[in-house]
Amino acid sequence: MDDKTKKELEKLALQIRMGVVEEIKARGFGHIGGSLSICDALAVLYGREMKIDPKNPQWPERDKLVCSKGHAGPAIYSVLAVKGYFPYEEIKTLNQPGTNFPSHCDKKKTIGVDMTTGSLGQGTSLAAGMALGDRLKGRDSRVFVIVGDGESNEGQVWEAFLFAAAKKLSNYVVLLDNNKKQLDGYVKDVLDTGDLAAKMKAFGFDTQAVDGNDIEAMAQALERTRQGGEKPYAIVMDTVKGKGIPDVEQTMANHSMNIDAEQCDKWLADLQKAYAAFGE
Amino acid sequence: MKIVYNGEKDSRAFKDILGTQLQALAEEDPDVIYLDADLMSCIGTAKWAMDSNQGINCGIAEANMAGVAAGLSASGFKPYIHSFGPFASRRCYDQVYLSAGYAGNPITVIGSDPGVCAAFNGGTHMPFEDMALYRAMPGSTVLDIADCNQLISVLKQVKDMDGVKYIRVGRKNCAKIYADGEEVPIGKGVTLREGKDAVVFATGILLHEALQAAETLAKEGIEITVVDMFTVKPLDAACVLQYARETGAVVTAENHNKIGGLYSAVCEVLASGEPVPVEYVAVEDVFGEVGPQDYLQKQFGLTAEHIVEKVKAAVARKK
Repeated sequence: MDDKTKKELEKLALQIRMGVVEEIKARGFGHIGGSLSICDALAVLYGREMKIDPKNPQWPERDKLVCSKGHAGPAIYSVLAVKGYFPYEEIKTLNQPGTNFPSHCDKKKTIGVDMTTGSLGQGTSLAAGMALGDRLKGRDSRVFVIVGDGESNEGQVWEAFLFAAAKKLSNYVVLLDNNKKQLDGYVKDVLDTGDLAAKMKAFGFDTQAVDGNDIEAMAQALERTRQGGEKPYAIVMDTVKGKGIPDVEQTMANHSMNIDAEQCDKWLADLQKAYAAFGE
Repeated sequence: MKIVYNGEKDSRAFKDILGTQLQALAEEDPDVIYLDADLMSCIGTAKWAMDSNQGINCGIAEANMAGVAAGLSASGFKPYIHSFGPFASRRCYDQVYLSAGYAGNPITVIGSDPGVCAAFNGGTHMPFEDMALYRAMPGSTVLDIADCNQLISVLKQVKDMDGVKYIRVGRKNCAKIYADGEEVPIGKGVTLREGKDAVVFATGILLHEALQAAETLAKEGIEITVVDMFTVKPLDAACVLQYARETGAVVTAENHNKIGGLYSAVCEVLASGEPVPVEYVAVEDVFGEVGPQDYLQKQFGLTAEHIVEKVKAAVARKK
C-alpha cells in the first residue's frame, strides 16, 4: 500500500471517529468504546477492501458487512455517512424517537446496513448464511463479519464458525475485535476467552493476528483474505476499546458512556487537529 | 372442498410427504433451500438433500441453522428449516425471532412431532408450548397440520409468504380428511361438519378426535359443527364469531398447552366479539412424559371422549 493510500485511510478513520462523537454528542450517551475500537478496520474495509457502490446499496454482487457486535452501530453509521450512503447530518439523530439510526444495526432502517444485529452472536450465523447464499448464487462477493471478544462468550458464535469451516466458506471473513473488555469489565475477568487466534485456527480458519488499530497491518491482513481457497478467514484484531480518544481509552467502564456536549466538542477539536495535520 | 373423511388412516405418513414435497419444491424453484439439524433421516429427506446444493445439513446446532437460514433468505433464497418441535421453537426462538422475524428475512420453520406425537422420545422432546411461542412473534403464521393433503398444500403456500411461518406436523400416519389434490387456503377455517348445538374448533391430531366425538354425540342427539382451524395465526376470526353466534357454545381441541395456543386464540376473539361459553380440550399446564401416543392422549386428556364431555359441558352452560 502506498503512502498516499495509507494517509487517506488514516484520515478516513479519523472522520469515522468524528462521526461517532457527533452522534453521541447529539444524544448525550452511547456505545462509544466498542465503536471506536473498530474505526480503523472500517476505514480499510470501506475505504479500500470492500467492493461497494454507495449509490446502489442493494447491489447483489457487492461485498457485505455484518457488524455482529450490533452495538457498534454508531461506527457503521459514521462510515456509511462519510461514504455518502445518506446525508451526513442524519446520523445526528442517533436514538432519537423515530430515527433510522438505532443503537443496534438494523437493515430495515438504515441505508447501507447489510444485516440487522443486536442479540450478540447472531450476526455470525447470518453472515455464514449470506456467504453460503452468495456462493450458491455464483456471486463473487465476500461477507465480512465483525465479532466482539466479549461477544465470543456466546455459544452461537462457535456453532457458526464450525459451520463456516465445515462448508468451506472462503468468502466468509471474521474480524475479531479483541479489545479485551466487555460490559462488566475485562474479558479475562468476566469469562476468559483465552487465545482467540489459537481457537480460530483450531476451528479451521486461515488465521492472522494483527494490530487492529494499525491501518497498514489491517490492509495487509485483509489483502490475504482475497485469495479464496477452502478455508474461511479470521483476523484477530488486537485493539483498544475507546481507541483514538485518550479520555475514553482511559475510562474503565467505557462500553456505554454519558458524555456532555462540551466534552464531545473538545474531543472533536482534537480529532479535527489530527485530521488537519495530514494536510490536503 | 372435497372431504373424504371416513375415520381411516391415510396410507401415507407425514414424513413421506415432507420428504417428497420438499424435494418437489426444490426441483420446481431453484431458490428453495432446505436446512436440517441432523434429522434429515427422520423426515425422509436424506436421500435427496444430503447430495444437493438445496439441502444443507447444519448438524446439531439449531440456533446457527436458524441464523444461516435467515442469511440465505437475505441472499434471495426461500429457506425451510426443520427440527423436532422443541428444538425448532424453544431452542432457537431468539434466532428465529430476531434474525428472521425482526430483521425481515422470511423463513419457514417445520417443527415435527408436536405435543404427544413425540411419544417414545418423551417429555424432553414434547412441545406443548411451540404454538404459544410462535404466536407471540409479530407477523408470524402458525399452522397445526391434520392431514397429508393439507400438508402438501400448505408447504406450497408458505414458500412465497412474508414473515416467519411455523408448521407443526407429526411424522406418523394420520386420518385422511381432504381429497387428493385439494388446496387448503391458509387463514381460513374449514367446516367439516355442521350442527346447531355447539362448535368444535380443532387442530392437528385432535381434528380426527373431534370428528369421532361428533359421531358419538350425534347418537345422543347432540349435533355439532366441526371446524379445522389449522391456521392458529392469523386466526379466522369471522369463522369463529359466526359459529359462536349460530351455536352459542364453543369447544377448542388441540395437542398443546391450554396456555397460548388455539384455546387462547379463540378466547381472544370471543371475549370482545361474542362472549359465549367456551370449553377446552388441551394439555393442562404440565410437562410431557414418555409413552405410546394413545396412552399419552388419554393421560393428557386429548381424546374424542374428552371432547364429548367438554361439548356437553359447553352446551349445559348455554343460557
